[in-house]
Order: sequence, then structure tokens, then C-alpha cells
Amino acid sequence: MSLELIGITVLWTFLFGYLIIASIDFGAGFFSYYSMLTQKEHIINQIIDRYLSPVWEVTNVFLVFFFVGLVGFFPDTAYYYGTALLIPGGVALLLLSIRGSFYAFANYGARKSRIYMFLYGLTGLFIPASLSTVLTISEGGFIEKTNQGIHFHADRLFTSPYSWSVVFLALVSVLYISASFLTYYADKAQDTKARELLRTYALWWSGPTILASLLVFWGISRHNPAHFHSMLNISWMFVASFLCFLVAVFLMWKKRAFGVAFIFVMFQFAFAFYGYGYAHLPYLLYPYVTIQSALTNSTMGWALVIAFIAGLLLLIPSLYLLMRLFLFNAKYVRGQSK
Amino acid sequence: MDSVMWSRLLTAETLGFHIIWATIGVGVPVFISLAEGWGIYKKDPHYILMAKRWTRGFVITVAVGVVTGTCIGLMLSMLWPQFMKLVGNVISLPLFLETFAFFFEAIFLGIYLYTWDRFKNPVYHWLTSIPVILGSTLSAVFITTVNAFMNTPAGVKYNPVTGKISDIDPIAAMFNPSTPSQVAHVVSSAYLTCGFLLGGIAAYHLLKNRNHDYYKKALRLTMSVGFILAILTLVAGDISGKFLAKHQPAKLAAAEWHFETQTKAPLIFGGVLDEETLEVKYGIRIPYALSILAHNTPHGKVIGLNDIPKDQWPPLYIHYLFDMMVAIGFYLIIVSGLFVWNWIRKRGNEWNKWILRAIVLGAPLSFVAIETGWIYAEVGRQPWIITGMMRVKDAATTAQHVDTMFVLFTTLYIALTLISIAVLIRLFRNKTPENELHHMQFPVREG
Repeated sequence: MSLELIGITVLWTFLFGYLIIASIDFGAGFFSYYSMLTQKEHIINQIIDRYLSPVWEVTNVFLVFFFVGLVGFFPDTAYYYGTALLIPGGVALLLLSIRGSFYAFANYGARKSRIYMFLYGLTGLFIPASLSTVLTISEGGFIEKTNQGIHFHADRLFTSPYSWSVVFLALVSVLYISASFLTYYADKAQDTKARELLRTYALWWSGPTILASLLVFWGISRHNPAHFHSMLNISWMFVASFLCFLVAVFLMWKKRAFGVAFIFVMFQFAFAFYGYGYAHLPYLLYPYVTIQSALTNSTMGWALVIAFIAGLLLLIPSLYLLMRLFLFNAKYVRGQSK
Repeated sequence: MDSVMWSRLLTAETLGFHIIWATIGVGVPVFISLAEGWGIYKKDPHYILMAKRWTRGFVITVAVGVVTGTCIGLMLSMLWPQFMKLVGNVISLPLFLETFAFFFEAIFLGIYLYTWDRFKNPVYHWLTSIPVILGSTLSAVFITTVNAFMNTPAGVKYNPVTGKISDIDPIAAMFNPSTPSQVAHVVSSAYLTCGFLLGGIAAYHLLKNRNHDYYKKALRLTMSVGFILAILTLVAGDISGKFLAKHQPAKLAAAEWHFETQTKAPLIFGGVLDEETLEVKYGIRIPYALSILAHNTPHGKVIGLNDIPKDQWPPLYIHYLFDMMVAIGFYLIIVSGLFVWNWIRKRGNEWNKWILRAIVLGAPLSFVAIETGWIYAEVGRQPWIITGMMRVKDAATTAQHVDTMFVLFTTLYIALTLISIAVLIRLFRNKTPENELHHMQFPVREG
């Protein structure tokens, strides 16, 4: 495999990791706040807190990893996206900052505050929306290169139906992924009440997720027909994604094997995400940046790959330990930590 | 003002804000681990409680450190796209490694926080503090190598005609000439600052006539370790001085208002500069000291600013920042030294009010020293963003609205400061260590 392909695969995988783990986090924040409003917090908040507290910091790292890696492998992307995304990127950063710090204020501070919970819950919905615009921009048509430099057409982004369909997909999938994971987690904790509530959330959000996916297909066929055609060439991946969706919903509907159901949710998104990404190649930013043009130095590329492997050798056992202690430890999940 | 100036301001503001929390993030885990380890070894619950309480406050500060760190990480590309285009490829390895270190820390911090009572043998819990220290310190090390590269680029070939670089040697770029001295100074000063931060809190309570052993032990621990760290920071600073004389003479000369290249160069402390005639008034002149600082001998030849083209002079106000940093450094050595002396020799009163007050003052002062030292190191590189390679004005974004971003982020930082302070105060106000110890079921050793 060529270096640029290794690079983008690694990065895409990290982005996928972020997609799953951050969705759980963002959705959980929203459900936390929503349950506070509807006076159901006593049912699910314990479950959410017990999962989130030890892992919230790890979530953030996935994102940092992705953009540091992207700039490292493909420095041209920093130039184009960096110049263009000052405002949307700045807003996303602002939201991430509020969310990250208010999580700690709300959960490690002296008492729970409604305002902190509100900010934490609400930003959780805006962040995926603002981050997903980067994917939209990568399709081309929003950034223009002129003699004066790079120009970003924010107005086009705001009026594009494609852009809104992506935002819609980001929002509903966050809620769907999060609810299906938390259902599984509540089931492990043998907390039937929480499980039932979260299960209805998961089923409720499954419909809009598929609807939004169709909208995105339609949007992309109009916005970037070339990309749409290469997606059709690997259409089996999107069919596989849909089948996984059916299996996951079926299992949840029948209240069976919530763990397996969640794995199918992950497969559903993996097929769609990798299919979308693969069809997007070789462009990182249509039509200015391709993976070949952006990769400028192979010595550094290989150094990054080696660092990446070494890092994984360190991370995988540590992540395993973290999961052993907090996710797959029946006593901890049930709240009997001693 | 143009985008360049706004970009500089926003970067300076974000980094200036971030390093407060980052310093806490690097240094406090060391003291947490020391306290817990010592507490387990001595079977003394006071120290265990100390570690627990410090950790509780630490989590709040880590959160702000994490989010501001993410900000500066992304701003690097958003505000300085031309810079990233040029050297993004060179600095990506340390940036990547820094993220790994941070990842490692994040995982084990989560484990450390939630396993206080999980293991039968408390040593296992203490062991999880080691990766936290490793992760936080290593991320400081890696990110400092990036900054060091900007001071003394190495491991690349730069073609001034095409404005492109080639022949990248990732390792040589990371271990550039500035790396050892900068890393040593950054790490030791971060540890030292946290020693004074935690010591200052204990001293404050003792001054308020709360004479519980808990505070006394906390003060002895932080000040004895702090004294050693203060000496190490001094040594690291001295190495940095010699390094600057050799590799970045403009920075040292501007900091010292040293204009004529000469041997037996005197060191000027304080004073006022007449920018027209370049004459220094009211300064304290210490003969030979600059030559000794730069070369370890009074006959060392120190390059003056007159030998450097005027368009490459750093702003001359950095003299004050440099002096302030050095003065605070010596202040911290003297204060912690006095405390340790009184304690060991059992002469005078170990809990002398004036020494306690000096320790309390040392806490904010050490943060002032971090800030001034950092501004000195950064502004001293002006007009270069990468010494000899790229000027700051050529690196900034061409995008508009940087001023809007500046206002937004200023508001955010002010809010975060106020709220985190409020949260921290509320966290500890009604939960004193006296109360908490009262509820712990252990025999307490007095001492």
C-alpha cells in the first residue's frame, strides 16, 4: 500500500473512532439535560455519569489526533482549510471549549448546576453540526482559490441543501448511536428502567437516521455528481450498511442481545463512512487537494507511520485496561465500585 | 490593525492563558504522586488525603487545560496557515507524539480518578499515577521541541529562493540545538511553580491559624521538593543563557541591553533605556556577569546588538520581562531555602509568619515568572516566526474577521477563569481537611 493511502486510512479510522465515541458523548449530554427537563433524570443519569466520567477526556483526544495527523501527513490541507475555516472552525472550537470545561465543572464541581448541564447538553448538538460542515466543504464549491488567496463562501454553505442534509444526518445519528450504546450499557448494569427509556430513544431516532442518509445521497448526487458516481461503483457497501441497520433495529425491537445490536450499529456507520471516504478519494478537498499532491515528504510520512504503530502498542493495552475497569466490569457498571 | 497583528494577539492570548493550566497539568501530578507514595510508605492518611484533595482540584484545571490546548492546536492552522504549509511536515512528528502522550495521560487519569478503592493493595493505585506523570511531562517535552525548532531550525534544507524546504530529517528537527535547554527549563519551572502553588495554599491556611498537622506536612513536602526544583530551574536557566549566547545572540543581547560586542561584558539589571541614544540609566551594573553567564569566564566575548541588522532586532522591552523572571527565580530559591533551613536546623521558628507570607506570595509570583519567561522567549525571536526562515508577517492568515475571533475567545477565557475559580472555591470551602480526616477511620501518626 502506498504511503498516502496508509496515511489517509489511519486518519479516516481515527475520525471513525471519534464519530462513534463522540456521538455517545454528545448524545449522552443531550439525554442528560433532556431527562432533567422531563424529570426523568433519576432514571438514566447515573448510567450516563458512570460511563462518561472516566472517558470524557479520551474522547477529545481522538479529534486532536485526527487533525494533527491530517496536517502532518497532508500539510496542504492546513493551508486551504486553515485559511477558509477561520469562522466555522473558531465557532466549533468555542463550543468544544465550553462543553469540555463545563463537563468538569458540572461533574467534579461541588454540585450539579442546571446552567452547566444546559450548556453541556446543547453544545453537544451544535458541535457535530459545525464539525460536519468540514465534510461538506471537502466536496468542493465552497472554497475558491484566487490570486489574492483562499476564499471561503459562507453564504453558499448556508444556502446549500446538501450542507443542511449533512447537518441533519450528523444530528440524528449522534442521538441514535448514543442511545443504542447507552441501552446496551444500561442493560449490562441490569437497570431495566433506564434500558427501556434509552431503548425507546434509540428506536425513535433510527428512522430519521435512515431518512437523513437518503437525503445526503440525494444532495451529493446534485452537488458533486463525480463523487456520487464513484459511490455508486461501490454501492454494495451502502447496501451492507443498510442491512446492518436492519439487524440492529430488529435486535433492539426484540430486546435481544443489545451488545450485538450496538456492534451492528457500528458496522452500519463503518460501511457508510468508509464507503463515502473511499469514493471521495483521491480528493481531500475537491478539486484542489488530492492525497498525492498534499503529501510532500515521504521521510516524515514514514516517521509518522512508525510513531503511529509505536503509539498504538502503548494505547491499545491502556484502552483495554480502561474498558476492563469501567465498561466491562459488571460491579462498576452496577455502581458497586468497592 | 491587520490580520497579522490580530493573529499575533489571539495566539499570544490563547497561549498565555493555556500555559497557566498546562503548567498545573504538568506539575501537580508529580506532587500528587509524591504525596500518595509517601503516604502509603509511611502509612500516614494525612498524605493520602493530600493526594486526594489535590487530585480533586486538579481535574477542574485539567479540563480547562485540555480545551485551551485543543484551541491552540487548531489555531496553529487557522491563524498561521502559511507557517503550517512550510513546516507542517517537519513539526508533525512531535505534534503527533504529543497527542499520544496526552492520550496516555487521559486514559490513566480516568483510571486514577476512579480506582481509589478498587485495589486491595494501594500500591497498585499509586502505580497508575506514574503514567499520568509520564504522559503530562512527555507532552510538555514534545511540544517544547516544536517551539525549539522555531527558535533554532535544524534537520531541514531551506531554499530562500523558492521558499520551500527539503531533505527533512525528522529526528534532527526534533532534537534541534534549542531542545535540551528549553525542555529542561520548561519542565523544571513547571514542577517548581506547582510546588509553590500547593505550598502557598498550605501556608495560607497556617497563616489563618489553622494549625493542623495536615497543612504542616503539605508545606514541608512542597517546600523541600520545591527547593530542589528551584535549584534545578536555576541550573537549567544558566544553560539556556549559555545556549542563547551561542545560537541566538540577538535574543540575549536584547534581553540584556547589550549593544557593543565585547569581552568582560557587564550585566545590567533593571534600569531605563533611552531608545534614541541607546543609553541605560539607573540600571544596576554587575561587572563581568554577562560574560560569565554566557561563557563561564569573565573574558567571554558576548555579541552585541550593533552587530545585528536593525530590522532583525527583537523589541527591547523584553529586558524587563527577563529581569522579572530571573528575580522571581532567585526569590523562590531564597524563600524555599529559608523554610527548609529553619526546618532542618530547628533554628528559629519553622512557622515564622513572614516566611509563610513569602511562600503565599511565591505562588502567584511563580506564575508571573512562567508568563514573563515565556513572553521573553517568544518575543525575543521577533521578527522571525522561524528564525532565519520565515518572518511573522509572512506567516499569518489572509482571512478577515480575526478581530471577531479575538473578541469571542477573550470572552471565553474570562468566563472560564471566573467560573473555574468559583467552582474550585466552592469545592473546598465547606470540605476542610480537618473535617475529612475526622471521618477517616485510620490511626493518625502525629509529627
